[in-house]
Amino acid sequence: MARKDSIWRGIVTACGLFLIVLTFAIGAFLFYKGSGTFTTYHHSVWEFLFSPQWNPADDFTGGGQIGAAIFIVGSICVCFLALLIATPFSLAAAIFMSVISPKVSEKIFRPAVEIFVGIPSVVYGWVGTTVLVPFLEQLFHLSYGYSVLAGGIVLAVMIFPTIASVSADAIAGVPAGYQEAAYGLGSTRWQVIRRILLPAAKPGILTGIILGLSRAFGEALAVAMVIGKMKAFPAGILSPTNNLTALIASDMGGATEGGEYSTALWTMALLLLLISYLFIFLIRKVTAKGEKIK
Amino acid sequence: MSRHKKALAADKLMTAVLYCVAGFFLLLLGCFTVYVLVKGFSGLDASVFAFNANGIGNQFFNTVYLVFLSLLFSVPVGVCAGVYMAEYARPGRLTNFIRTCMETLSSLPSIVVGLFGALVFVELIHGKWNLFAGALAVSILSLPLITTTTEDALRAVPPKWKEGSFALGATHWQTIAKVLLPACVPRIITGVILAAGRGFGEAAALLYTAGMSTDINWKSWNLSSPTCPLNPFRPGETLALHIWASRTEAVAPNAAQIANVSSAVLILMVLAFSIGARSLGRHLDRKLTGSAK
Repeated sequence: MARKDSIWRGIVTACGLFLIVLTFAIGAFLFYKGSGTFTTYHHSVWEFLFSPQWNPADDFTGGGQIGAAIFIVGSICVCFLALLIATPFSLAAAIFMSVISPKVSEKIFRPAVEIFVGIPSVVYGWVGTTVLVPFLEQLFHLSYGYSVLAGGIVLAVMIFPTIASVSADAIAGVPAGYQEAAYGLGSTRWQVIRRILLPAAKPGILTGIILGLSRAFGEALAVAMVIGKMKAFPAGILSPTNNLTALIASDMGGATEGGEYSTALWTMALLLLLISYLFIFLIRKVTAKGEKIK
Repeated sequence: MSRHKKALAADKLMTAVLYCVAGFFLLLLGCFTVYVLVKGFSGLDASVFAFNANGIGNQFFNTVYLVFLSLLFSVPVGVCAGVYMAEYARPGRLTNFIRTCMETLSSLPSIVVGLFGALVFVELIHGKWNLFAGALAVSILSLPLITTTTEDALRAVPPKWKEGSFALGATHWQTIAKVLLPACVPRIITGVILAAGRGFGEAAALLYTAGMSTDINWKSWNLSSPTCPLNPFRPGETLALHIWASRTEAVAPNAAQIANVSSAVLILMVLAFSIGARSLGRHLDRKLTGSAK
């Protein structure tokens, strides 16, 4: 019996450690493939990050231009626009869920949020192309509705449930004594929300926002369907552009494996990975700070 | 207006605003779902569902089969890792590090996982795009979810159960296998269903792993044949990928309609799975714990 115990202990420990191996393997492989742009094809990191000239050669000789600035800027614009649209709505929904009407929310609102999270991103993208894009064309009299705004709206709908549910948990987690004390001093409900609950739940809310941002940054197909795929900096929120994930999704299949083009795309994937590490780091910082306050 | 009255007015106003936002949110979800369903299912003929190149039957089968394959891998590994985290891992650097790894895995962009899968499961073994590679890529994405669910479920079991089992002379593993895990089954199943629901909609991770083509011969049941439905090493386009393909490549004259139907089917699956996970979780909970809630 003791033997069986140690065998199983070994198995579950191996599975636990496998998570570490997997994380490292993903990081190592991406780093190995992505660094080829700088080692094999001798481009500078500076060129990759800040040059807007994107014209990699699709072969093994190299010599093309691999400036990814357009796509990086495209990603940043779309994500921050999405955040700008989604955050106020999400916060309002979170307050509604946790303070105004927890009972109704538990029955209707939470399941609805779960369903929103579960809807596949391609479906959002498809509805975006068939409904949102023509709508924007009409509304702003554009000849071409694919735009940063369309991408931002689609992403906003996608990250809304993430921000809302994480923030709602954070607000619900504020000790009840805080609220009661504030009510006892004669505050109205809105005063309690604004002056007590929101400040106290700030670390949790920030975590939700960062999680939403990281989801937005990594989202590929939904954005790719509505952003317009134009190799140019966006002139405004109504003009088309392209972003990192959309470019990888659309071009990786056609690029010669190991060539300069495909290597440059791997470097973009590596950049995405580094950005997602950065978000994790930020969340850790924010939560650590939050625990210190408590 | 006095300050008091102002505060009261602000309270009323903001309450109204919050109600409006909540209502808007539900309305949006309702309209979205109804729109996709109506648009998908109105005015179509049954040939769209056919299991051949013109219908989406094959894609539907691929989707279900791929998710099934991915669960074959992610459920055992995820549950074991969850058991380790809840029962064996001692608080310390290593455990913290595993937790960081889990966070990292769960926030990886799915396209990055897809590229990793393409490299490791397709290119390194010099294979072609295949369902198995896609399933492994999807299981990387669902692994953290299943691990966390299992861990949380184990931690939520009342400590007395464990103590009682130890007191009767059971070993640690016997306690886990006979007492703790059975008590966690409802929550683990709920987690698995949620993970499966997410797997159905996954597309970016499958672009370069499961491939964008499907060729099934429903009369061929030789597992090694490249057209056998159950052969995991054949390319298999899923529903979500099919939507993506009909948007970018416009392969068939009725591509738009096919995409509409596929979207509707996916939404139906998501609805069925989240409602199913909820009610099944509640049902099993009642049955296994005997509470009358």
